[in-house]
Amino acid sequence: MVRFLVTRLAGMVGVLFLVVLFTYAIFFALSPDPAVQICGKNCTPELIDQIRTNLGLDRPFYEQFLGFLSGLFVGTTYGTGANAIDCAAPCLGYSFQTGQPVLEMFEQRFGVSATLAVGAAVLWLLMGVSGGMIAAIKKGTWFDRAATGAALGGVSIPNYVLALVLQYVLVVRLGWLPFPQAVPFAADPGQWFLNFVMPWLVLAFTYASMYQRLTRANVLDTLDENFVRTARAKGLAPRLVWRRHALRPALTPVVTLFGMDFAGLLGGAIIIETVFGLNGIGKMASDSITKNDQPVIMGVTLVAAFLVIVGNVIVDIVYTTIDPRVRIGARA
Amino acid sequence: MSTLLEVEDLTITFRTAHGPVDVVDGLSFTLEQGASLGIVGESGSGKSMTSLAVMGLLPPTASLRGRVSLDGADLTSLPESKVRRLRGDRMSMIFQDPLSSLNPYYSVGMQIEEAYRAHRPGVTRRQAHKVAVEAMERVHIADAARRVDHYPHQFSGGMRQRVMIAMALSTEPDLLIADEPTTALDVTVQAQILDLLQEVRRETGTALILISHDLAVVSEIAEDVVVMRHGVAVEQAPAERLFSDPQHPYTRALLDAVPRIDDEIGELRGIDAAAGVGGKP
Repeated sequence: MVRFLVTRLAGMVGVLFLVVLFTYAIFFALSPDPAVQICGKNCTPELIDQIRTNLGLDRPFYEQFLGFLSGLFVGTTYGTGANAIDCAAPCLGYSFQTGQPVLEMFEQRFGVSATLAVGAAVLWLLMGVSGGMIAAIKKGTWFDRAATGAALGGVSIPNYVLALVLQYVLVVRLGWLPFPQAVPFAADPGQWFLNFVMPWLVLAFTYASMYQRLTRANVLDTLDENFVRTARAKGLAPRLVWRRHALRPALTPVVTLFGMDFAGLLGGAIIIETVFGLNGIGKMASDSITKNDQPVIMGVTLVAAFLVIVGNVIVDIVYTTIDPRVRIGARA
Repeated sequence: MSTLLEVEDLTITFRTAHGPVDVVDGLSFTLEQGASLGIVGESGSGKSMTSLAVMGLLPPTASLRGRVSLDGADLTSLPESKVRRLRGDRMSMIFQDPLSSLNPYYSVGMQIEEAYRAHRPGVTRRQAHKVAVEAMERVHIADAARRVDHYPHQFSGGMRQRVMIAMALSTEPDLLIADEPTTALDVTVQAQILDLLQEVRRETGTALILISHDLAVVSEIAEDVVVMRHGVAVEQAPAERLFSDPQHPYTRALLDAVPRIDDEIGELRGIDAAAGVGGKP
């Protein structure tokens, strides 16, 4: 198990390094001079040069890259003398637009994205997995057809369309819900809940549709397995056959998908947060891209990649407990 | 000896897009307590469906007519919950592919215990565990006390089939149905499994239905043989007579299709589908 963890962690570090390298290289090569952007309207060539020097933009690529890397692990200092700014590890730099430390921007916004992700995940697991299971048991009935049809709709309707339709109906026409804005839970739990209902629903609907289809297909496949026939041949009660022999194999792939999806969402739901104006990491990502705010883009990419990779490692570890065939140290 | 299983005029019909299709048509046979019966036929002859019908495990698209009685009780008219209590207890079944027939997520011990406990309410896990170890010992799995906690993928094909047999026998059934039990195994392992089936029959006195496309396999074990083709029994006879003096041309063709080591080298003989007699494929 220790060896497994060490190899997985080493692999994770390797992948992260490559993500950082490529993202850094892409922005280094493609984006316009940040010094010009920072400089603003009353800019002089001297000022631009000074900004370049302060940010280290005058140095070659590999030096800048190594500087960024060391900033992540040991922190870094921008500028010299009286102008020097210390950025403690893990230093993701400062936003070119607001001058705010990128890490601090994450800290402020992570709660919104996490709330969105957790709430939606609960909903979509409930709707998708149970809907898929019931559709599989009742294959061919009206429930199956309705659920499968709804799932097809959920997969095909873009979530921003659904978001706008819901907003129009529930907020504008009926006035049942407030226009979403992230109200802290501590400030007003009721408002907090009402504000998140629509984003949760919209986000969950798309995922639930995918999970419903996956679960239904997996359950149907598993029910055809020979070992399910063996379980019935033993004379087990149908509920035991179902719970013990059909459900566990059928839901194993769902665990994989969920780990990846959930981790990805913690890194921000760009479309939903933008449409509903929720100030989470996804909104921060889309803002930083439109404004070409490189340190923020780097930070979002890095954190999102980190979350997905960690999610993957967790899924791998969970897998070793649910599927004995991948259990560590199991020998044939 | 008294009659254990009586199949009378069994007809199994599948609903298909092209209308109903009879996969078994008017099949009858009887099996005495402790006796052994071989059912032989090509793929699609209806032999596996017959065994599933006896177990009450036909797929939902199939319907059944006729009588299947175990110890005089007609299984076709019993409610499913009653048949379920007999299934795995009085009658057990092992299947062709032992790897896919065992659940990869659970230890073999758990799967044997589960079969036992399903029919022995009130039995503790510990007692069931002991039964599982004993069942594995009976089918000659070495180091059973340790192996009982292993998973199916940690066993070889032959060992997995031994596990299946151990599981089927854990409840000491009166009837064991083995559907192509050696087809997925190496030739050397096949002989071991057949020997094992013989041995457990001798020791436990369970009756056996052995289903195979392979006459050689059936000839090793079965006292009586039913030859099936297109869902119909073309010949039923004691094994000895069937092999020495086959009456039906199809049986003769099947016997001729078995390659012999002393045959002259030449083409293998197949079964002429249209004529039902021996010919070149």
